[in-house]
Amino acid sequence: MRMRDWLDADDERQARGESRLVGYPFGFMDEGAKREVRRSILKAIAIPGYQVPYGSREMPISRGWGTGGIQVTLALILPEDVLKVIDQGCDGSVNAVNIKKFVQAVADVQITTDTTSATVIQTRHRIPEEPMTAGQILVLQVPYPEALREVEPSEAETRRMHAEADYGRMWLFLYEDIVKYGEISISYRYPVTVNGRYIMDPSPVPRWDVPKLHMAETLFLFGAGREKRIYAIPPHTRVEPLEFEDHLFRVENFSGKACSRCGASDTFMDEIIDDETGERLYCCSDSGYCDKRHGKCSL
Amino acid sequence: MQPLIRVRGLSKRFGAGCTLCLSSTGPDRESNVCPHCGSVVACNDVSFDLYRNEALGIVGESGSGKSTLVRLLHFEWDASDGSVELHRSAAVPALEDLFADDADYSHNLPGLSPFRKRQVRNSLMGIVYQNPFLGLRMQVSAGGNIAERLLGAGWRNIRGMRKRSAELLERTEIPVERMDEPPKNFSGGMQQRVQIAKALSNKPLILFLDEVTTGLDLSVQARVLDLIRSIRSEFSLSLLVVSHDLGVINLLCQRTMVMKYGRVVEAGLTDQILQDPQHRYTQLLVASQL
Repeated sequence: MRMRDWLDADDERQARGESRLVGYPFGFMDEGAKREVRRSILKAIAIPGYQVPYGSREMPISRGWGTGGIQVTLALILPEDVLKVIDQGCDGSVNAVNIKKFVQAVADVQITTDTTSATVIQTRHRIPEEPMTAGQILVLQVPYPEALREVEPSEAETRRMHAEADYGRMWLFLYEDIVKYGEISISYRYPVTVNGRYIMDPSPVPRWDVPKLHMAETLFLFGAGREKRIYAIPPHTRVEPLEFEDHLFRVENFSGKACSRCGASDTFMDEIIDDETGERLYCCSDSGYCDKRHGKCSL
Repeated sequence: MQPLIRVRGLSKRFGAGCTLCLSSTGPDRESNVCPHCGSVVACNDVSFDLYRNEALGIVGESGSGKSTLVRLLHFEWDASDGSVELHRSAAVPALEDLFADDADYSHNLPGLSPFRKRQVRNSLMGIVYQNPFLGLRMQVSAGGNIAERLLGAGWRNIRGMRKRSAELLERTEIPVERMDEPPKNFSGGMQQRVQIAKALSNKPLILFLDEVTTGLDLSVQARVLDLIRSIRSEFSLSLLVVSHDLGVINLLCQRTMVMKYGRVVEAGLTDQILQDPQHRYTQLLVASQL
C-alpha cells in the first residue's frame, strides 16, 4: 500500500474510531525527526563507515535496548514494507517480539520470520544466514559504535584518529594480542576497514557474519540510540576485517557439528547443554532459517 | 650541497598577543612574557638550515624555547608563524606531491593538513624525549612499541615486524629475549635505548633528541651518547640535539645554536662557540659549564 493511500485509509479509520494510531503520526516519530534521521542515513551512506551524529529521540523503550535500530527502522518504514526482527538470530525472543509489536502498532506493517520475503530486517547481533538481496535493508542495533574505544577512552581523540586515519594503535592492540596469545582474541565486534578508509565496529555480530558485509547486495544501516550515531555500509562496498599477512582473519569453526533440529552444518550454531543428560547439542542461531529447513513456519 | 630542511622565522606565541609582544620580550628584556598582554613568546624568529648527516645542537637554559622548537618541527604544536621546508632529495613516494613542479623545496610543512603532517612525520622523523613516558607506551611490550611505528607506516606482517624490532633492539643493546616485556620493567637507560630503537624503526632521515641523557647516571649517559654517535653515521641521520648540557653538545654536534628567552642569540660551529663565545649569555654559559 502506498503511503498516501494508507494515510487516507487511516483518516477513515480514525473517523470511525478504529485507528490504533490516535495521537501519533505514522511511524511514531514526528515527520521532522524522521527527516533528520533520514538525512543522517544519507550522509552515512555517502561516507561508508563514518559515524554520523544524530539527535537520538526518546523511544517508548529504554536506551540501550535497540532504540537506535528502531529509529532507523521507523524513519524508513512504509505501509507496504514487510518487517522481520531478530535478536541474536531468534525471531521469538522478548526484545524482537516487543519491537515487532511496537512497529506493527505504529506503522501497521506486515510481519514475517522469512528472511527472503522481508523488505526491512532489524537485527540485534546477527546477520541472517540466507543471502539478502538488493531490495532489502538490514538495520543493525549497535551498543558501542566506536571501534577504537578499546584503545582510546576519549571521544575527541577517537574522532581525531578517524579524521587522520591514525589507526596505528588499533593495529598495535591486535599485534599485542597475537604476541601474547598467538591469536587475535576478539570474538565478536571484530573491527573492519570499510572502503579502505574508516575502521568501523560491525556491531556485536560474531566473526561468522563479518564476511557477509563485504561486497554485499544489501544496504546495511547501523543505529546506536544511546550513543547517538548512525553509520552505513552501502551495497558493493569493500569491508575487510583487520588482519595480518601471516595471521589471517578466521571465522568460528563448526566443522563436524550439525544442527540437532534441521541438520544444517553450514550455519552459525548455538551450543546447548542438556540439563538432564549433560549432552552437548548444537542448533542454528538463525531460527527463521532453521524453521524453514525444518519444514515449519511459526507465522 | 643544499640543506635537507630549511627553517625560516619559526615562532610560537601562547596567548592573545599584541603589537608590543616582540619588542618587549627577548634576551635584552630578560623575559619571554609580554608585560602588556601577558602572552608568552616561547620562540621567535628562529631560522636555520639542517644538512644531511649533520648534528645541530640547540643549547640554552630551561624556558629558552629549545623544546618548543622541537615540538614545532615535530608538528606536535602549531607554529604561530614561519616556515619549514623539506628538500626534494628527502622525498619518499608517498610525499611526492608536497613538491611543486621543479621546486627544490616542499610547500611549507606546518601549513599541511594534520593527516599530511602525520605522513611526513611517520616517513621522515623520529624523536627521543627526555622522559621515556612521553615516547613509549609503558604497558605495551618493547617490541610492540617499535611495531607501532611500523604499523602506522603500513606494515602488516607480524613476523617481519618482529624481525625488524629484534634487529633494532639488538642494535640499541637491549637483550632481544626481553622484547615482549613492557618498558615499565626496564631501567631508565634501557627505556631511553628502547625510545631510540622506536625512533629508528621507520628509517627516519631526521632524529630529534630532546635532553636524551638528562637524568641518566654518567656511565649510562656515555653509552647512550656513544650509541647515538654510531647510529648517526650508520643511518646517515640528521640530528637536532636539544640539551642544556654543553658537554653533550660538544660531543655530538658540529654546529650549535644558543637560545635564550625564545631567541637565537648566537649560532656557529660548536668549537668556535665553546672556544670563543661572543654573546654575553654564551660566555656565562661556557664559563659556568666547561
